[in-house]
Amino acid sequence: MAQQELDHLSGQTTTGHEWDGLKELNTPLPKWWLYVFYVCIIWSVGYYVFYPSWPLVSSYTQGIFGSTMRSDSIAAYEGGVKARLANASGLADAPLEQIKSTPALLEFAMANGKAAFGDNCAPCHGSGATGGPGYPSLQDDDWIWGGKLADIYQTLQFGIRSGHAKARDSQMPNFGKDGILNKEQIASVASYVVSLSDTSVKAAADGKQLFSDNCAACHGEDAKGNLELGAPNLADKIWLYGGGVDKVAAQMTEAKHGVMPAWEGRLDAITIKSLAVYVHSLGGGK
Amino acid sequence: MSLMEKHAIFEKNSIVLLVGILIMVAIGGLVEIVPLFYLKSTIEKVEGMRPYTPLELAGRNIYLREGCYLCHSQMIRPMRDEIERYGHFSLAAESMYDHPFQWGSKRTGPDLARLGNKYSDKWHVEHLINPRAVVPDSVMPGYPFLAKTELATTHLQDVVKTNALVGVPYTADQIANVAADVMAQANPDDKNVGAFLQRYTVTNSKGEKISTPVARDFDGNPAKVTELDAVIAYLQVLGTMVDFKLYDDKANLR
Repeated sequence: MAQQELDHLSGQTTTGHEWDGLKELNTPLPKWWLYVFYVCIIWSVGYYVFYPSWPLVSSYTQGIFGSTMRSDSIAAYEGGVKARLANASGLADAPLEQIKSTPALLEFAMANGKAAFGDNCAPCHGSGATGGPGYPSLQDDDWIWGGKLADIYQTLQFGIRSGHAKARDSQMPNFGKDGILNKEQIASVASYVVSLSDTSVKAAADGKQLFSDNCAACHGEDAKGNLELGAPNLADKIWLYGGGVDKVAAQMTEAKHGVMPAWEGRLDAITIKSLAVYVHSLGGGK
Repeated sequence: MSLMEKHAIFEKNSIVLLVGILIMVAIGGLVEIVPLFYLKSTIEKVEGMRPYTPLELAGRNIYLREGCYLCHSQMIRPMRDEIERYGHFSLAAESMYDHPFQWGSKRTGPDLARLGNKYSDKWHVEHLINPRAVVPDSVMPGYPFLAKTELATTHLQDVVKTNALVGVPYTADQIANVAADVMAQANPDDKNVGAFLQRYTVTNSKGEKISTPVARDFDGNPAKVTELDAVIAYLQVLGTMVDFKLYDDKANLR
């Protein structure tokens, strides 16, 4: 250190590096900065003591706080659920009908249901619950599997053709593909079905009889459907796979079957209840 | 100050500096990464995990080929908001048969770790062909060609063998029947469905069934096995193997 050069202008030593006659001042780090840095190093040792850190031969140091990312997140999640339920604590055990008549429970169920709907149901049924081709609208009172609270709740729990053991399930025959009816007969039935709700379409003469023989078992003599079998009402103007004679004939030829997932297990019981109340309240609840 | 003086050797010789950096980084890596390979607690003990079926594996390869991972992660972080939206946080065990894993950190689209069984096959068909047909404000590109392209199965057995080579426990029986199993899983009327289900069913030590694969016509086109069949088969199995009713959270806190 003895031969350190002093810069006379600033009174500081130089580093001894020289580039084309330019020399670098050896300016030390500010004292306050340096000490804060040392304190941080000492502070960090605390983490080794309090939190999981060092790997050992067959395990690792657990830290005396016993804190883990997983337990923290589970606690935060459960705490959040609990905090939300503070004003609606009876929801878990409340019967569905009672939720509707208890303002505190209803308010919670509606808010919770709306949030869960956006995350889980909107991709198929649309964010406004108006559905689309192949996905029923939940805004109207035309239900396929029933629009009572208990019906909606059951559909939500187990789904439709979801593979769940308790799922709602029914199959419409492929009248055309499997040769049960020929093309002309299908056209007749389709014209009859469409004529029920659209007066501009004239039903073929044999349509009514063919309907009665082939379709009425599920859809009913009056074509108003059967909620038990998930057979939609055909006498109104609401069509799941599109209206018009061609679309109806196509469905008769080779039937499409909607699938709704089972939400039990994926969503907690309170959320499924909330969704049932929310969907029921959208406009068509029975 | 003699130590400070010696430090000059690193500042004045780039090669010495480079070697010094390599040593420092190696120490960090050894301490942080190596224990994960020998500590038994890294991978949780769970019931239900099985290797991907050949069709799912083919779908996974298409997922990689199309770069789905650039916008979708497959790891639910242990944080409250993630659990609220996506479900139980991901376990290390759930990606133990993934080579390479698809955890990712970029989410232009949502996390897919628990996508399986969340939507119907038909929804996936429509969504992959044109995402805006079902989600109006989606920015995801459409993949209509998947529905038209027949699945190439020529090298699938090699893919399964390679996975077995890096530690995925495929049995000799599973490796031998790759071609038959691909066809069986995409066609529920195939004569080999029973044998296929048998091969990939997971049972516990008592012989009870824990998880079974599904065989169905995923893309709604029974005429051929397409790339869309494979992709949907893969998407529908994501996050569904572990039954969280049987999973012990308390035993796996870390």
